[in-house]
Amino acid sequence: MCRLFALTSRDPVSPMLAIKALDVMKEGHDGSGMGLLLQDLGGPFEEMKEAPILSGIFSEEGIRRLDLFMMDLGFLTKYKISLKVPKKPVEGIPRRDLYLIRAYELPEDWDNLSKDDMAVRLSDIRLKIREMGEEKKDMMVFSFWPDTIMIKEIGDPLLLAGYLGLDRKELKARIIMAQGRQNTNYAIDLYACHPFFIKGYTTMTNGENTAFIPIRDFLTSRGIAAYTGYQSDSEVFAHILHYSLVELGLGIDGYKHVITPLQERDLAVHPNAGFLSHLKRTCRSLIIDGPNCVIGTLPDHSLFMVQDRKKLRPGVVGGKPGLYGFSSEICGLDAVIPDRDKSRDIQPMHLDTAIVGPDRQEVTICRQTEALNLPL
Amino acid sequence: MSSNRSLEPSALSLNDLPWQVKFSNDRCTLCGQCTAVCPVKAIELGVFRKRTLKPSIRRQADQGVAQDVFYGIRQKTDVAHACIGCAMCTLVCPNDAIHPEKNPGLDRMKFHINQQGVPRRRGGRRNAAGSILDRIKFTRISMLTDPALDAGRHEFEMRTLLGRVLSPRENMKRLKEKGWIPPVREIYPLIIGGMSFGALSPTMWEGLQMGVAYLNEEMGMPVRMCTGEGGCPPRLLRSRFLKYVILQIASGYFGWDEIIHAIPHMKEDPCAIEIKYGQGAKPGDGGLLMWHKVNKLIAAIRGVPAGVSLPSPPTHQTQYSIEESVAKMILSMSMAWGFRVPVYPKISASSTSLAVLNNLTRNDYASGLAIDGEDGGTGAAYTVSMDHMGHPIASCIRDNYLNLIKIGKQNEIPIFAGGGIGKNGNLAANAAALIMLGASGVQIGKYVMQAAAGCVGTEEDRCNVCNVGICPKGITSQDPRLYRRLDPEDVAERVVDLFVSFDTELKKIVAPLGRSTSLPIGMSDALGIDDVAAAQRLSIKYVV
Ligand code: SF4
Ligand code: SF4
Repeated sequence: MCRLFALTSRDPVSPMLAIKALDVMKEGHDGSGMGLLLQDLGGPFEEMKEAPILSGIFSEEGIRRLDLFMMDLGFLTKYKISLKVPKKPVEGIPRRDLYLIRAYELPEDWDNLSKDDMAVRLSDIRLKIREMGEEKKDMMVFSFWPDTIMIKEIGDPLLLAGYLGLDRKELKARIIMAQGRQNTNYAIDLYACHPFFIKGYTTMTNGENTAFIPIRDFLTSRGIAAYTGYQSDSEVFAHILHYSLVELGLGIDGYKHVITPLQERDLAVHPNAGFLSHLKRTCRSLIIDGPNCVIGTLPDHSLFMVQDRKKLRPGVVGGKPGLYGFSSEICGLDAVIPDRDKSRDIQPMHLDTAIVGPDRQEVTICRQTEALNLPL
Repeated sequence: MSSNRSLEPSALSLNDLPWQVKFSNDRCTLCGQCTAVCPVKAIELGVFRKRTLKPSIRRQADQGVAQDVFYGIRQKTDVAHACIGCAMCTLVCPNDAIHPEKNPGLDRMKFHINQQGVPRRRGGRRNAAGSILDRIKFTRISMLTDPALDAGRHEFEMRTLLGRVLSPRENMKRLKEKGWIPPVREIYPLIIGGMSFGALSPTMWEGLQMGVAYLNEEMGMPVRMCTGEGGCPPRLLRSRFLKYVILQIASGYFGWDEIIHAIPHMKEDPCAIEIKYGQGAKPGDGGLLMWHKVNKLIAAIRGVPAGVSLPSPPTHQTQYSIEESVAKMILSMSMAWGFRVPVYPKISASSTSLAVLNNLTRNDYASGLAIDGEDGGTGAAYTVSMDHMGHPIASCIRDNYLNLIKIGKQNEIPIFAGGGIGKNGNLAANAAALIMLGASGVQIGKYVMQAAAGCVGTEEDRCNVCNVGICPKGITSQDPRLYRRLDPEDVAERVVDLFVSFDTELKKIVAPLGRSTSLPIGMSDALGIDDVAAAQRLSIKYVV
């Protein structure tokens, strides 16, 4: 099963912190891959919060095609980090030409676009590049979004970190999510590496989502272009998050009611019973079924964790004001924030959503049996 | 018949009959139980003459010929009295002296069963044992994660929705605007499908109703039962048990007067209204309750004279087209109950099912679609319809579900599958397969008759005399001498047994697949079949 580690920090930190946690938890994953998300970036990116950053893996040919394509659209490179890898191949890590992290200047005619329109355009561009790369596998993009970097690769996390040189000063962020292991149930595919990202919403999961096919079918039939891909049975969690919050206007307290609705007897006595039974019925196709722990971020840089009621070994949230970690195992948290007050660690149970807001001051628990903010 | 007279074409020998009665003279005590119980009078007391030669090596006078007479059972060979293999005679024989055997050769009676120009009519089944549902396997077993589910200990929510479910966004919008939201019922995914009032005996009916009430009130399983055409006993209409009942209105409108008149007195709304357009066993054909079964009670409830055959027309004659039907019938039925009761049509599986479904998706008042496949049972129909018409349920459900996915309305219009589920006894596996192919639930009829009342019919053309009111088990007869054989309490108990054990089996299927909180509707990645063509047709995995 995958091992997950996420942190949210007042000061930008190196992704190596999260990778260290993964390494401590190594017994629980097979080292077949790693996904990394950096958000609320520090370093040189601090100055360009609005600039969309493209992250992906390209071949020489791919990068030429990308440049032409982006230029055509009017995007100019503002800043880039190219991760140069050692000449000597490392066992278990595929050979690639270029790992790209590139921030762009927005085209002039985008100036007057609303946030929503911009979101749609950015995600359309990402899809287009992905599609262009599909055939020759010469372009793989993981995200194209302001203030966000995503790195995915097959191989052992710690080895990868050394290989890619992630321990560099330009790479620092206040939100870091990392996941070890490649994919459950489906063939190895780079896109299947967690975390998954869509328009500012990110999730990563461990467990198995047995309701994957019906959920995928539901999402893909909503007519939203970005609801696509689905190389992994948990990619849908990120899209459900987006659907619940953006399309249905729920708050994060509603997400859990969508993926793991209350059982009938709890529902009957809930202060919002009427609303919730409508939600449960209409979103029935989005109920996840499997022991799952989901860790995610929201566009306002909140970090949250929820579990399915079947999850017997829940993840843990702990830390101190200014720095909080979300980990699938306590040892991961111990490795990164050893000096926290452990008695205040929280293992959210099946009714809880643990949230650390953008101020990073405390963990709030929102219980599913409590009243929620209705979007009505 | 003497040997020098011409034989009639339909003079059959025992060899020509589909079922042959094997009788053992040395065990028979001539109690007469078998001949008394035989529903078709296939056997009678026979007087046999036997000539025995008595040779002797001694005196001439000791030798001779003895003429003996003995009594036994004789099987009739005329078409009207041909044995139906029901084995009631075996059941009642105290000495195991008699049993029917299926003729392994070609049954020549087939060629003569059209006496007086009437082709064969029967009740029962298609008599084809094969079932694609039985060949589907569940191949996705969840072994990777946290402790696997335990069917015996874990909590499961095996419920389905009957009713129009709006899309999440639309529902949210109507909540905000305080608009009308269609009624939805949360029910158990195994439904007792429509078997008409009048087709079933009063004891059978009562037994089923009691069983359903017990399941709901004592076992906490929201099981629902459909009435079938013919109406509903007035006392039930006015009782609190009505909420467990789906009222069916079919093209003959039988019994609907009574129902409409009872509306003001109803303490509870019925679970739903099913408008029957077709049965899978005889697509395009109407229902037929033959006169044998129309006694005074049935006539009173149906609102017709007693002792006449009651054919329903194949379509609702008051409606011009299915579109009009959907628009008008569904609306008026919804209106009758103040838009609080889900209303949905039931059609035969056919290549036009998709058209009906498309039509329904555009109608907020349509609460679902029940599709009945070719293996569906029926009270009475022509053999040719039962054996040669219809569409298998698996591919029909799949086509419809995939079509709903295409337009993004899966589970908004729930599809209920019927017809041949558990026909070879594998009820839970068949039901689970259909649910994973896209059905929101399944309807069973014949299975209930077999499991809860001991119907002796099989897929080998056994019995199948449900239409003529001589059901030897008293299930489909209106003759008190016959239906007294069936104790409603026993039926109720068996209904409960059947549902509770189905529930266990269903959990034994879904738990290893890692499902417990939502019914695995459309979870097609769990399915595999060892036939390329079938796999392709159903868009599931091909596994060998
Ligand atoms: S099997 Fe049934 S029909 Fe045949 S002789 Fe026995 S009782 Fe009569
Ligand atoms: S036992 Fe009754 S219900 Fe069953 S096949 Fe025979 S006649 Fe029909």
